[in-house]
Amino acid sequence: MRLTRAWTLPLVSLAVIHLVVLLAGFFSPYDPTIQDRTAPNCPPTRIHWISADGRLGWRPFVYGLAGNGFAEPMQAQPCAEDQQTPYPVHFLVRGASYNILGAMTSDRHWLGVPAPARIYLMGTDNYGRDVFSRLLYGGQISLFAGLLATVLSLTLGVLLGTLAGFYGGWSDAMIMRGVELFVALPWLYLLLALRAFLPLHTGPRQTFLLLIAVIGLLGWARPARLVRGVVLSTKERSHLLAARCFGASDLYLLRRHVLPETRSVVLTQAALLIPQYVLAEVTLSFLGLGVSEPVPSWGSMLATLQQYHVLVSDWWMFFPGLVLVLVFLSYSALSNAMQEDTAKAGIGSNAFS
Amino acid sequence: MRYLAVHFLQGALLFLVVSLLSFTFLELAPGDFFQEMRLNPQISPNTVARLRAQYAIDRPLPVRYGHWLASALRGDLGFSFAYGSPVTPLLLVRARNTLLLTGTATLLAWAWALPLGAFCAARPGGWLDRACSMMTTTLLAIPELLLGLCFLLVGVRTGWFPAGGMVSARFEDFNRWQQVTDLLWHLVLPVVVLVLGSLPILLRHVRAALLEVLDSPFIRAAFGHGISRRRILFRHALPAAINPLVSLFGFSLGALLSGSLLAEVIMSWPGLGPLLLEAVLARDIYVVVGAVTFSTIFLVAGMALGDLLLFASDPRIRSEALI
Repeated sequence: MRLTRAWTLPLVSLAVIHLVVLLAGFFSPYDPTIQDRTAPNCPPTRIHWISADGRLGWRPFVYGLAGNGFAEPMQAQPCAEDQQTPYPVHFLVRGASYNILGAMTSDRHWLGVPAPARIYLMGTDNYGRDVFSRLLYGGQISLFAGLLATVLSLTLGVLLGTLAGFYGGWSDAMIMRGVELFVALPWLYLLLALRAFLPLHTGPRQTFLLLIAVIGLLGWARPARLVRGVVLSTKERSHLLAARCFGASDLYLLRRHVLPETRSVVLTQAALLIPQYVLAEVTLSFLGLGVSEPVPSWGSMLATLQQYHVLVSDWWMFFPGLVLVLVFLSYSALSNAMQEDTAKAGIGSNAFS
Repeated sequence: MRYLAVHFLQGALLFLVVSLLSFTFLELAPGDFFQEMRLNPQISPNTVARLRAQYAIDRPLPVRYGHWLASALRGDLGFSFAYGSPVTPLLLVRARNTLLLTGTATLLAWAWALPLGAFCAARPGGWLDRACSMMTTTLLAIPELLLGLCFLLVGVRTGWFPAGGMVSARFEDFNRWQQVTDLLWHLVLPVVVLVLGSLPILLRHVRAALLEVLDSPFIRAAFGHGISRRRILFRHALPAAINPLVSLFGFSLGALLSGSLLAEVIMSWPGLGPLLLEAVLARDIYVVVGAVTFSTIFLVAGMALGDLLLFASDPRIRSEALI
């Protein structure tokens, strides 16, 4: 597969999103669970360049929020700016300590403002938590649940598909009946039902693993069927027969000749499945069946939009949805590029096969 | 006839597997409806034990499954703990509401997809085709959840459409005509969400199916005979391309019960979806099992109907099956 222009844009945008989400600790100014009860439902903090006396400064600054004790406590609007003193935006500041991938601890943040003022790049939610920080940490749950569930699904699919295609016989019959069954299931209903029978009140880590297992185990059928098709057609090729005549074992044949042929199918399936499974996690969390509060997920963040006052006035709560759309667009562009590539490759190889 | 029998057997098997799976998971899961009740200090452990005995939750799994299966075959899907009533009538009312919503949406989506896909395929690369492909790409990237929230926002902000629910509070006082318009008015937003959610996929399939047919020699021959474009498109090409679309139609018939869960929850439409969600959260197990098996049966029946339609519309398949 050559990296053409059609590949670079979605790949780069996906890489950037995943990297930022992975390094959420560094890129988020605050801890995602810290509440600022004096400033709930505030819009994104305005970043100023021109100071009160009309001069253009070299460093952007923000004003403190009235709710944070800058103005009279009785003031009706906690989100109004208190324009007494500007607080400059600093980069690489020290703040709350965090952990990246359980391997590295640090307290350096990408950006921040001096203590009494706070910077909310995407506003705050009902409890005064920073939406931007929650978006990044929530991505760790939503995006990686999708990725890991896809890995699980594809592993199962390749395993069962190869088994069915390569050995045939009764194992093939059994597995294909299973495939027909699983493809016919109403998957969202089943996902809900499965979740219903699993414990509701568990720690975030268990729930995360549970979600991955449930989503991944339900989706093995389609990749299994496709892999089986590829394996079936590869099995009959003459170079495989030749290798078998030279005394190659089944394991060698599978590893050397069969599995490499399934690569393009597996990759195209991955580009289709990952966004589907990310959406599955988001949907479950949206319905209140995912990772529980205070740990953020894009689904549970979007769920606050079901409250009337949030829906009507807090437009910044739509940000997780926006990122979700961006991720989906990237994956669909990626899978388009893949399909075009395989179509081209198909035309090229016809002359020899 | 063999066709029908195979589908019937498959449906029965699916019903057995799904219900058995649900019951097995139920056994593995810690806690039940009455265990959650145990947390309430006002209810004594004796009461909980008595209720568990009354609803036979304390019996072993095979016994319970046997009883449930026997009564399910007679059309009784068990008893809801939360509603204190039998499950079947509960499900039927909700299923009717869901069918009203999804039936309208599916009909509209197909009514749009067929002509639009045909015109797109007639001039591939033309302005309509490019506009449609841009629209489908965008719509495919916007999840139904987000679409629902956006349209709810539109409904609430403009006040043109009711925000959620199926009927107004004063529905009982309306006369017949007002009742119908009120219902239709509430139907608009959820139907739009569902149509926009399913249209791109349908459109792509219709376009692809027609493109393949328009390439074939008999269409060129028809052009040669001087038959008008419109007539070729709808009288000659569309019937020839209907095969994959019929299967797709069967699938969308099957998804009528289970395809609208999110839209129903967001728009608070009193369908099967919100009922299932409530039951899941309250561990009202028979409602969950009932709703899931119900929608599974519907899915299988829809696909079977699609196959039958295929059987009726395509003489090639008919002759193949007879041999």
